[in-house]
Amino acid sequence: MTFPQDNRPKTDGVVALVGNPNTGKSTIFNALTGLKQHTGNWPGKTVSIARGTFRVGAQKYLLVDLPGTYSLRAGSPEEKITRDFLLSGRPHVTVVVADAGRLERNLYLVLQVLEITGKVVVCLNMLDDARRRGICVDVRALEEELGVPVVAAAARQGLGLQELKGKIDALARGEISVCPRRVKYDPDIEEQLAFMSGTRWLALEALLGQQKPGEGSWVERFKYCPV
Amino acid sequence: MSALNTAPCKSPADLQERVAAALFREAEAIANRATKVTEEEDSRALRYLERKLDDFLTSRRTGFLLMTALLAFIFWLTLVGTNYPSEALARLFSWGEKQILAFLGGLNAPLWLQGILVEGIYRTVSWVVAVMLPPMAIFFSLFALLEDVGYLPRVAFNLDRLFRATGAHGKQALTMAMGFGCNAVGVTACRIIEAPRERLLAILTNVFTPCNGRLPTLMALAALFAGGGLAASLLLCALVLGGCAITLGVCYLLSRTFLKGLPSYFVLELPPFRKPQVGRVLLRSLLDRTALVLVRAVTVAAPAGALLWVLSASGLAAKAAAALDPLARVMGLDGFILLAFVLGWPANEIVLPVLLACYLSAGTMVEAESLAGLKAVLEEHGWTHLTALCYMLFSLLHFPCGTTLVTIYRETGSLRWVCWAVLIPLATACLACTLVAQLARALGLVTSLFT
Repeated sequence: MTFPQDNRPKTDGVVALVGNPNTGKSTIFNALTGLKQHTGNWPGKTVSIARGTFRVGAQKYLLVDLPGTYSLRAGSPEEKITRDFLLSGRPHVTVVVADAGRLERNLYLVLQVLEITGKVVVCLNMLDDARRRGICVDVRALEEELGVPVVAAAARQGLGLQELKGKIDALARGEISVCPRRVKYDPDIEEQLAFMSGTRWLALEALLGQQKPGEGSWVERFKYCPV
Repeated sequence: MSALNTAPCKSPADLQERVAAALFREAEAIANRATKVTEEEDSRALRYLERKLDDFLTSRRTGFLLMTALLAFIFWLTLVGTNYPSEALARLFSWGEKQILAFLGGLNAPLWLQGILVEGIYRTVSWVVAVMLPPMAIFFSLFALLEDVGYLPRVAFNLDRLFRATGAHGKQALTMAMGFGCNAVGVTACRIIEAPRERLLAILTNVFTPCNGRLPTLMALAALFAGGGLAASLLLCALVLGGCAITLGVCYLLSRTFLKGLPSYFVLELPPFRKPQVGRVLLRSLLDRTALVLVRAVTVAAPAGALLWVLSASGLAAKAAAALDPLARVMGLDGFILLAFVLGWPANEIVLPVLLACYLSAGTMVEAESLAGLKAVLEEHGWTHLTALCYMLFSLLHFPCGTTLVTIYRETGSLRWVCWAVLIPLATACLACTLVAQLARALGLVTSLFT
């Protein structure tokens, strides 16, 4: 008996690209990989997962463009795909693309991703648009708040992409240490979480009873997920 | 924001809400600490302008009017812009045909080989390229610009009320916009609609949006049928809006019969307007369309051309057309037209070229070098205003092409829905054409197309 072959391209790491809809994920994907996925200025455009590779020095990474989503916890198919990939695809680095002009809503997703994995680079995109509308984001301050690298970018103009690549590479090789922000929940929730092992996300999932009967419990399926 | 609060509230709903609230508080706090909103004069003016523009584009009064005007304007630009490159391409191909014929004649190639190569393959391919490519390249470049600016979600917003009234999903407007490019893509794009019932509605009715295989045909016929550029663009606009109306009607009927249910709730985000990257968008769209047309011309039109030549040479085409003729006459068409739609099933681009090839092989040889040539060929075969209108209606409403059906099967996973996806449009097309034809005949409105 032979095992099914792993037909993923041979790479040094898997990088997931997540973010709210219409934050320029596909533009970043195209710019990094040189592929030509269609980009459009409306939410919900990416309906399938695109994959491509890019190089940083001698390292080669597989970049996976996941569908845009506002949250990882509600039930839409995009959210399920993205969540499943983060939990079971075990990307070495997750890039969360955030719209600088709509930071608050984008951070909601960032905080959720940080509960699954700490190996996160936040790509603060469309800074030029935000600035034109009078919104300035302090990248250093945001980096400090989140505890993970934040890269300022304007992907349509091709700005910030080299730095993004560099940060991804450094994080994948363990050259950057992260200290991901943890959301403090109400005391009674925190108390229950304290008794649970595994990632904070899975503990919360268990607590919230998110798994559907018959599908196999989430916690069971992702017990071996890296912290 | 409410998108975030739509998490299914199952047993520990309270817990979920509290978790979401905590996340929100934190996100808000971080965002507030990290962002600074400057109150400079021009940035405030910009924010104000954006809001006003959105009010204007999506208001009940101006939204629809503007949408229609924009569509008509795009059609007009396309029609005006198409003439020159179309003529140039047609001349080029006609010159090429003479060269090939001379070359084959020099080789003493048998007549049947010349027939297949030149009258079959070469002519069909050159028609596809000359008639389809210019309008496609222009229309979709303009459309891509609109998309890049961020206008499409505003269209979805405008149409949402109508769709909801028929029991369909507001995002269906976006899938229809994708359908302009290609119905197969439109059907795939229906994945953005989460609720299965509404998704099915969108999939089944996507074909009523004219795709890039049909739009250029409609444009060419509108240019002949309606005369001037303005009238032609208004006619096209009416056709597309008619397609929308039929989409809504079919959705209404379906959601009260086979697909009962209420539209689900969703949040449509209006993305910010962006300055379009004109150069890049135009170049990309031009290259994409050209590549698409050329690939289709080689993979579909060339074999279809060869097959068709064999069919006509053996007299099968004429027999089939004669068999279809009585039925076609009822719908204001003729047997060859129906045959062309059947033969053009793999790809809509080739329907008109196939029809021309049929006509050319059946009657006297007329050189179809340009729109003027097309006029002559159609005239020869007794086309009237009514024939042209019915052809356009049939083209707009008929069954999806092969690729789209395969996509529908892939997306729904059920042959039953594929059958419905054929039957519903086919019935609609037959019904609409019959109605129009019978009505026009009863009222004595039939006039020759080219008087």
